[in-house]
Amino acid sequence: MTDQIPALRLEGIVKTFPGVRALDNVSFEVMPGEVHALMGENGAGKSTLMKVLGGIHDPDEGQIYIAEKPVVMTSPMQAKANGVVFIHQELSLADELSVAENIFLGELPRRSFGRVDWQTLYDATDAILKTLNVGFNARTRLGDLSIANQQMVEIARALTVDPRAVIFDEPTASLTDAEKVVLFKVIADLQSRGVGVIYISHRMEEIFKITDRISVLRDGQYRGTLNTAETNEEEVTHLMIGRKLDLSRNESHHEMGDVALEVRNLSCGELFEDVSFSVRRGEVLGFYGLVGAGRTEIAETIFGLRDPSSGQIFLNGEEVRIHSPQDAIRRGISLVPEDRKAQGLVLGMNCRDNMTLPQVDDMTAGPFVSDGAEVAIFDQYRDKLDIRTPGWRQLVGNLSGGNQQKIVIGKWLSMHPEVLIVDEPTRGIDVGSKSEIHNLIRELAAQGYAVIVISSEMPEVLHVSDRIVAMFSGKVMREFTSEEVTEDSLIQAISGISGDKVA
Amino acid sequence: MAELTTKGLGKLLARQGILVAFVVFMIAFALANPRFIAIDNISGVIRSSAILGVMALGVTFVVIGGNLDLSVGSMMSFSTIVVLDLHDKIGPSLAIPAMFAMTLALGGFIGFLVGYLKLNSLIVTLGMLSAIHGLTLTWSGGKNMDIADKEGTWFSVFGQGSIVGIPVPILMFALLAVVLSIILGKTPFGRKVYAVGGNGTAATFSGIPRARVVFMTYLFSAFCVATAGLIQASRSLGSQNTVGQGLELEVLAAVILGGASLLGGSGTVFKTVIGVLILGFIQNGLLLMGLAFYVQYVVTWIIIILAVWLDIAAKRGRLWSPIA
Repeated sequence: MTDQIPALRLEGIVKTFPGVRALDNVSFEVMPGEVHALMGENGAGKSTLMKVLGGIHDPDEGQIYIAEKPVVMTSPMQAKANGVVFIHQELSLADELSVAENIFLGELPRRSFGRVDWQTLYDATDAILKTLNVGFNARTRLGDLSIANQQMVEIARALTVDPRAVIFDEPTASLTDAEKVVLFKVIADLQSRGVGVIYISHRMEEIFKITDRISVLRDGQYRGTLNTAETNEEEVTHLMIGRKLDLSRNESHHEMGDVALEVRNLSCGELFEDVSFSVRRGEVLGFYGLVGAGRTEIAETIFGLRDPSSGQIFLNGEEVRIHSPQDAIRRGISLVPEDRKAQGLVLGMNCRDNMTLPQVDDMTAGPFVSDGAEVAIFDQYRDKLDIRTPGWRQLVGNLSGGNQQKIVIGKWLSMHPEVLIVDEPTRGIDVGSKSEIHNLIRELAAQGYAVIVISSEMPEVLHVSDRIVAMFSGKVMREFTSEEVTEDSLIQAISGISGDKVA
Repeated sequence: MAELTTKGLGKLLARQGILVAFVVFMIAFALANPRFIAIDNISGVIRSSAILGVMALGVTFVVIGGNLDLSVGSMMSFSTIVVLDLHDKIGPSLAIPAMFAMTLALGGFIGFLVGYLKLNSLIVTLGMLSAIHGLTLTWSGGKNMDIADKEGTWFSVFGQGSIVGIPVPILMFALLAVVLSIILGKTPFGRKVYAVGGNGTAATFSGIPRARVVFMTYLFSAFCVATAGLIQASRSLGSQNTVGQGLELEVLAAVILGGASLLGGSGTVFKTVIGVLILGFIQNGLLLMGLAFYVQYVVTWIIIILAVWLDIAAKRGRLWSPIA
């Protein structure tokens, strides 16, 4: 490999957003025929780097080279023309078109008068599909394919341009094990053709299985490159996390109060079934399970966003019927939603207005909103939660993920809720803020709040919870106390198969 | 919301571009024709902008709430015809509240469809544009509507009167602008309109009754339309069925020129007033330059497209981008 020139090289890339240095002098290269992993925690800068590479963001500084020739990427089309292709986590295909049309979208072969040359189109498509060894053909409607096969279509699309570098962004996120095997074969095939592959994933076992080298980003900075054969998971994790993150088992014990929220036999269509649990004041109840296990839907039902098909909800021992978020909020139930930007915040609004939004009706002097009352609330929770912002006038969209999340948490704490539900408390948040938020959750419990934490990250659940509810496919599989839970038993419970360890 | 610390002409333009453009237009037209800044000309422009302006105030609520209202022109024709017809039948003091009630009912119906049934506001109000026109023609039987005794009615005060030398339409526009500006900028309801338009999902997750807020924005819009209809009817004391035709686009143009985003969540009443005045002064300036009045349709369109383009360009920092 050493005598070759890199298929793709990025040098000294700097990209800043208001208040955040998203990429700080990042360099990175991929050789022809190499599979190069790009790793880093959420918010480390991987996706920003890829957006710079794909021409979606202009870098402030730095240079991109393809085969050592400097290029400027100003659009995804140009990136593709330069031989850089992306296989995105979220597919960008048209459901109603055929596989062939999707693959050659924008470049359909033509006959005279602009008519599409269908025969050439289908033949060319089938030729590509044959190399991928897939079980569908050019004429299949895209919407009829599984996610895995749709991903194959994306890959086929990448192959039409004879790429120099292909970037896979979390490609296995929604694939089954069998489908992964097919994907890895395709990647190996790309490798043998001399294509440079950038592989972005959080899954260590995959990284160690298929990559040649691993580069790590942390807090927007390049942290080093390791040869996969000469390293191990611990070393990579250490590079990614940097300072040691305290994710030990929760061992704090304090007085718990009465049951604040109890749910009995709650069901909601096919989303979840017969769910029962309770949470006391002063307790953190963790919900752990895979994406789609029904955890978020339970939270949304309790918060009045969905109507349950059967079951009961008790608040302080009294049965309640909750039909809307207003009902829930009035009764003291708060939800910090899973998707901060889409559900938690009005990004174009300032910090203060976001924080006081649920209680703006009470922030009044006469008929008017009282600036003083609002600023007082904001200042109180800014100090309490250590929210770093130049001032309350700052638009929330300009804050870092951690500070945004604190605004959402502050929004609900300032309502003094009985029950606080936090869905994915640290998604997309840097390591430092992560442990701050974990500490905050523990502290809230100590102050007597009943807290429910939903998380897909096992260390997080283990770290903050007093008890853990494990869910699989809409059902509660098992409930653990923090003393009895083990990683293995938790994994078994959320995979729905006892004794069988999942990847 | 502008930070006081921002520097540079570029940022000033991005944040206050519309005011800067307004000043530049005024200076340029004034240099070209000194009559442009004569007091009587300026007062004339404002007076003739009052009807459009009043309607734009209401549409500002709808647009900030994240929706469109293309029915306002047609609805204004309805209000005008109805109040003129009822004037002779039940007298002006009953005709006016009756007309307001009917116009608010129409606005409430649109608000119900868009807010509670969550139908697309473009489709609903485009449909209502046509449906209300049909309603107006049904009411009038297709004939022009005239007040029988044009000399002997106090009804003319809203369009033709003046108080301490200021024409009543200007006073009504100004008063409504101040009141609505306070409602939008200073009350909890106003805050909710911004939240619903800025991110409806997040507003729902914050316990804000999104449907009711959207519904209310259409009531505000209808109230403003009714007021505009009142001024229109009172000014001419007679009207065709199509008096408001095409105004919906001019209203929308003024709101966009003022800098409200069509995506919702941004804009202010003050900015809309500036947008209305810019539109009015541009059209006036073109007339003073001796251009035929129909040229203004084309020029207005060009200015709107430029305004929208520059607004988007300022937000994304480039003149052209393949995404958003």
